[in-house]
Amino acid sequence: MKNLFNIIAISGLMFSFMMPSITRADDQPEEQWETLKEIYFENKTILEDADDWLVIEAPKRAEDAAIVPVHFYSKRPQTDSSYIKSLQIFIDNNPMPYSANFHLSPTLESVDISTRMRIDQYTYIRAVAEMNDGSLHMVKRFVKASGGCSAPAGKDQAAAMARLGKMQIRYRDGGSDEANPVQIVISHPNNSGLQMDLKTRGYIPAHYVEKMVITLDDKVLMDVDTGISISEDPSIRFVLPKGKAGHGLLKAVVTDNQKQIYTIEKQI
Amino acid sequence: MKNKTKAYITGISVLFSAIMALNVYADDYPLKQVSEGIYYHQGAQEDADQHNKGEIANTGFIMGDKCIAVVDSGGSYLEGKALLGAIREKSDLPICYVINTHAHPDHFLGNAAFKDTGATFIGNAKMPAAIEARKSFYETRFQEILGKYFKGTEFIEPTLLVSVDKPITIDLGDRELVLNSYPTSHTDNDLTVLDKKTKTLWAGDLLFVKRIPALDGSINGWLATIKKLEAMKLNAVIPGHGPAQYKDWHQAFDAEEHYFLTIREQIRAIINDMGTITEATDSVGLSEKGKWLLFDDYNKRNVTAAFTELEWE
Repeated sequence: MKNLFNIIAISGLMFSFMMPSITRADDQPEEQWETLKEIYFENKTILEDADDWLVIEAPKRAEDAAIVPVHFYSKRPQTDSSYIKSLQIFIDNNPMPYSANFHLSPTLESVDISTRMRIDQYTYIRAVAEMNDGSLHMVKRFVKASGGCSAPAGKDQAAAMARLGKMQIRYRDGGSDEANPVQIVISHPNNSGLQMDLKTRGYIPAHYVEKMVITLDDKVLMDVDTGISISEDPSIRFVLPKGKAGHGLLKAVVTDNQKQIYTIEKQI
Repeated sequence: MKNKTKAYITGISVLFSAIMALNVYADDYPLKQVSEGIYYHQGAQEDADQHNKGEIANTGFIMGDKCIAVVDSGGSYLEGKALLGAIREKSDLPICYVINTHAHPDHFLGNAAFKDTGATFIGNAKMPAAIEARKSFYETRFQEILGKYFKGTEFIEPTLLVSVDKPITIDLGDRELVLNSYPTSHTDNDLTVLDKKTKTLWAGDLLFVKRIPALDGSINGWLATIKKLEAMKLNAVIPGHGPAQYKDWHQAFDAEEHYFLTIREQIRAIINDMGTITEATDSVGLSEKGKWLLFDDYNKRNVTAAFTELEWE
C-alpha cells in the first residue's frame, strides 16, 4: 500500500483526461466510479446499505477548493466482534480519485474522523468501509465545485515551504466521562507536482504526505495512507476513547513521498 | 465622446447606463474619469458568468504625455479587447505598460488583447509562479463558466517584476507611477499603483467596496497591509471591485478592516476551544451579512481560509 499513490498517479491523470468537461449537479454521473470500482475492488460486492450508520458530512458546495472539511463517522462502536478494518475514501473527479485509506481497529473504540480535502469540481465523495468480516459498505455524498477564483493550489507557496514539517497536537480534555477530540496537523505543501518551476522550466517534483501513523502508548490508533487530495497542511481530527483508554503518550509519525519523516508526541 | 463622459460622471448612473447600453458603438464598455488622465471601467458586482461575460473586476488606464499604462486587463481576451477599444477612443498614444494587480482571472485574463501593442507586462514578483500553479485549473473552470466569451484568452505572465517592499517608479511622460508589491494579503502577489501627480491609488483587490472581500492569501497579512495603505495621503482610491472612492476613501478601508477583525476574533475563539472549521463557517461573521454583496458566496470561504491560517498562530 505504501507506494500506492505513485502507482496510481498515472491512472489518475488518465481519468482526468477522460472526464467530461462539464459535470452538473443534476446529472451526477457515476461512470468514473464504475472504473474505480473495478480497479480497486475487482469483482467484490460493495453494498450501498450503510446510510443509517455510516455518515459523510461535507458542505454542499466546496467553499474553498483548496480546503473542504470532510467528516466521516460511524454510529456503531468498534468492537472486537464487529469493526471497520479500513475506510477508503474516493473523490471521483479529483486528479487522484483514491484519496485516503484509514486502517482502523477496535483500539479506537469509535470512528469519528475529520480531515480537509481538495475538491476541484463537482464530484461524489465516497467512503467504502471494509469490515472485519470482509464485507464492503459504501456511502457517498455529492459536493458542488467552488465559485470564483478559489483554486486547489495553496495560497502562499513560500510560507508553506518555510513552515514545512512543523507539527501540532491539539487536544481538548473534556474530563474522564467525555470523548475527547484530538487533532494532528502538519505543515506540508502536499502538492501534486504538476506545477511548473519557473526557474528551471521543469515540473516541481510531487511532494506529499503518504502515511500518518498515530499511536497511543505504542498501540496503533490509526494508520492512514494519504495523497494529494488531502489539503495543504494535512490535518486529521478524531475522537479518543473515554476514560483511561484515551490517555497516555500520543504520537504521530508522518512520512512523505520523499521519505522525510516527521514526528510529534504529547502526553495526554 | 468627452461630453458623454462628463454626462456619465454627473448623471444618475443607473438611468444613464440604461440609455447608454443602447448606444452600442460608443458605450458598451463605459469608462469613468477618476482623476485627470485616469479612467476606469467598473466591473459588475457579481461572480463571473456568461451574462456579465466575466467583466466583474475594475479595469482601466492612466495616460501620460508620452504613453499609456493599462491597470488590469479584465476577465477575458474579449474584455481586454473592449478595454483597448475604449482606450483608443480617447487617445492614440502608445501603450507602454500593462500592470497586473494580481493573478486572479477576472483581473489579468485580458492581457492577450495587449500582446501586439508592444507593452511591457508588469506584476508582483510572485505572480508568474501563482499563474503557473493555477493555470490549468483556471483554464478549465473559466472555459466552463464563460463558454464562448473565453475565446482567445491566454495566460500571459508579467516580465517586469516588482519584489515585495521594493517599489519601482515608471514614467509615462510627466507622470510618475509608483508600483509597490506587498507581503501576502488578498493573494501572495498583490501590487498597487500610485499616481504621484493626482495622489490616486489603484488598490486592486486589496480594497473591495460594497462587494465582500475574498480572502485568497493571509488575513493577518491583509490587515497589516490595510494599515499601511490607510496611512497614505490620497485624493482617490480605485478598488478592485466597486466604485472609486474620493475624500471618504478611508471609510471603505475601515469597512473591510472591520469585517476581517470581526471574523478573526470569532475564529480565534473557536480554535482555542478546539472547534472545527464547520462550526466556524456556521457562525462566524453573520453580523456582517447585511453589509456586503455576495456575502453568502464568500463569507464561509473566507472563514475557512482564515481558520487554517490562524491555527498556526
